[in-house]
Amino acid sequence: MKKVKVATVWLDGCSGCHMSLLDMDALIISLAQKIDIVYGPLVDAQEFPEDVDVTLVEGAVSSQDDLSRVQTIRQRSRLVISVGDCAVTGNVPAMRNSIPVNKLLQRVYVEGADTNKAIPTDRVPALLKTVRPVSEYVKVDYCLPGCPPPAKNITSMITNLLEGRKPEANLTVKFG
Amino acid sequence: MKRVTIEPVSRIEGHAKITIQLNDSGQVENAELHVTQVRGFEKLTEGRPYYEMPGITARICGICPISHLLASAKACDAILAVKVPPAARKLRELVHCAQFVQSHALSFFYLSSPDLILGMDAYPATRNVLGVIASHPELARDGIELRKFGLQVIEWLGQERVHSSWIVPGGVKSPMSAATRDKILAELPKVRQIAEKTLQFFKSASDAFKDDIAKFGCFPTMYLGMVNAKGELQLYDGNLRFRGADDGIVADQIAPDDYASFISEATLRNSYLKAPFYKPSGLEGMYRVGPLARLNTADRCGTPHADKELNEFHQRFGKPAHSAFLYHHARLIEIIYALERIETLLADENILDDHVRATAGVNSLEGVGMIEAPRGVLIHHYKVNAEGAITWANLIVATGHNNLAMNKSVKQVATEYVRGDKIQEGMLNRVSAVVRAYDPCLSCSTHTDGTLDIGIRLLSQTGELLDQI
Repeated sequence: MKKVKVATVWLDGCSGCHMSLLDMDALIISLAQKIDIVYGPLVDAQEFPEDVDVTLVEGAVSSQDDLSRVQTIRQRSRLVISVGDCAVTGNVPAMRNSIPVNKLLQRVYVEGADTNKAIPTDRVPALLKTVRPVSEYVKVDYCLPGCPPPAKNITSMITNLLEGRKPEANLTVKFG
Repeated sequence: MKRVTIEPVSRIEGHAKITIQLNDSGQVENAELHVTQVRGFEKLTEGRPYYEMPGITARICGICPISHLLASAKACDAILAVKVPPAARKLRELVHCAQFVQSHALSFFYLSSPDLILGMDAYPATRNVLGVIASHPELARDGIELRKFGLQVIEWLGQERVHSSWIVPGGVKSPMSAATRDKILAELPKVRQIAEKTLQFFKSASDAFKDDIAKFGCFPTMYLGMVNAKGELQLYDGNLRFRGADDGIVADQIAPDDYASFISEATLRNSYLKAPFYKPSGLEGMYRVGPLARLNTADRCGTPHADKELNEFHQRFGKPAHSAFLYHHARLIEIIYALERIETLLADENILDDHVRATAGVNSLEGVGMIEAPRGVLIHHYKVNAEGAITWANLIVATGHNNLAMNKSVKQVATEYVRGDKIQEGMLNRVSAVVRAYDPCLSCSTHTDGTLDIGIRLLSQTGELLDQI
C-alpha cells in the first residue's frame, strides 16, 4: 500500500503541539507502517515537497518567512490542518500585536543588551506587523484547537483520515 | 568567495540556518549560525500580573515547559518573599527530574540517534526517527518508553503532559497521593534498566566516532553550571559556578540575584539569538552550559550510579571534557542521575505532606528565579509595581549561553568536513549535527519570537546561487 505523505510545520509556536503529536507514544511504531513524514522538524528534508497529502501546521504566522511558508504549504498539500491555538487563533504569540514591532525589537536587542546594541538585520526575516492565525492567509481544511491539543485528539484526527473517514466534529474540543 | 547556506537546520528544536563562506580555493573561511525567530516575551509580558507569568512563559517552550514554570515560579516566590513549603520544594524537584528524562530522551532518541545509529552519511529521507524505528525497533521502543515515563510523571502530578498549570508561585497546586508515588516507583526499575542499557550501548558505539569527537566543537572554553555548597550537581536549586578551561574554578557560589554581575548579553547583527558572555572577560568570555558543562562544572553528581559514570567519563575524555560530541554522553549520564534523584525523593516520607503552597501578596518589587533547564542555566528576572504588574522582565535562556560556542563549533566542523565547490549532503549534515549535539532549543532561546531554519545554499562571491541542498 502506498504510504500517506505527511508534513509537519512549526511556525511561531513553542513546539508543544509537536510534543503532543509525539505523545501518541508507541502508536508511532504502527503509524510508521502507514505514513512517511516527508517534511518537518523531525526529518531532514530541506525543501517542502511538491505533493504532500496532509500538512499539520503548528504556530501562528509571525514573520515574512512564516508567510511565504504557509503559501507554499497550501499550494503543495491536499489537506492543511491547523494544530493548536497559535495556528487556530494566534494565541500567546499574538500578545505582541498591540506593540509596534520596532518597539519590541528595540526592547530586546537595544535596551536588553549590554554590548553591540542594535536590532539584527543580516539574514534574519522581518517580522510582520501582527501575528495572525494561519487561516487568515490560506484556506485551512480542519482546525484542532488546544494549547496543546490533547494527544488523543491529534491521533484520532490522523487515524480518521488514514481510514478515509471525515474527522469527527464532535471531538472533545479544548481551547487553551 | 562562495557562501553555502543550510536552511533549515533540521532535527533541532526551533528555526535556524547556517551560512558557510568558502574562499576561491574552496576552503572554509567562516561559518555562522543564524537564529531566525524572535517573539519578544520580555516586552509582551509588561503589564501582566506576576502570577500569570508561569503560564505565559511556559508557552516559550513546549519541550521543557516545566523549566519555565519553575524559573518563573521561583522569581514569583521572591516577589512574594516566601519560603516554599518543604514538600512543595521536593515535588518541584521531582517533576523537574521527570522533565530531564523526557527532554533528554527526545534529544537522544528522536533527534540525534538517526545520525549516531544510521550514520551521518545515511540517506537523508530515512535518516530520522521513523528510520530508526524501521532499522532498530528495540532501541526506538526504549526511547519511546523513556520519554513516556518522564511525561507520565508530569501528567500524574500536573494533570497535563504539556503546559501543566500545577507549578505556582509559592509552591505547587496540590500534594502528591501515595497512589501516584507508588505508580512512579513501580515504573522506575524498568526505566532505570533502559537508561543503563542505552548508556552502555552508546559507550561501546562511540569508539566508532573517535575522529568526530576530536573535531566536533572540540576546543577549550569555560563552563557554567549550578552546584550546591558541596560542589555537587544541582538541577532545581543552587548557585552558579564558572569553571575554566584548565579545570580551575573561575567564580563560585554566585547567588541568583547576582547573575548580572557575571553575565552580560551582546546582540549579534546576524541572528535573533543574543550572545551572553562572562562579563569580567568581555566578549572573549565564551562559556558553555548544558549537560556537558554541568558535568564539567560540578565536582560530583551526588548519586552513586551517576558518579561512577562521571568518573569514568572524565578518565576517558579528560576534565574538563571539551568536545561538543560528548553532550550526548553527558545527557545519558544525567538521565541516570535524574532517575536516581526521583527514587531518593520518593523515599522521603515528607514528600506526601499536604501543605504545598505558601501564600502572600507582593512583598518585594523584584525577583530572580534560576534553575538548570535540560539545556542549561535558565534565569527569569522580573520587576513589578506595588499591584504586582510586571514593569520589566529579562529572560536568559540556556541555548543563548551556548550561542558563541555553537558558532565556533559550526565553523570548526565546516572547516574539517566541508571541501571544494561541490557540496555533499553528508558534509553539511555533520555541520547540522554539531548544532544538534548542543540540543539547542530555539523556541526557548528566541522567546524573543523567532524561528531556526537551517538549509544549505552555495553562493558565489557576488551572492549568486551555485548549488543548494
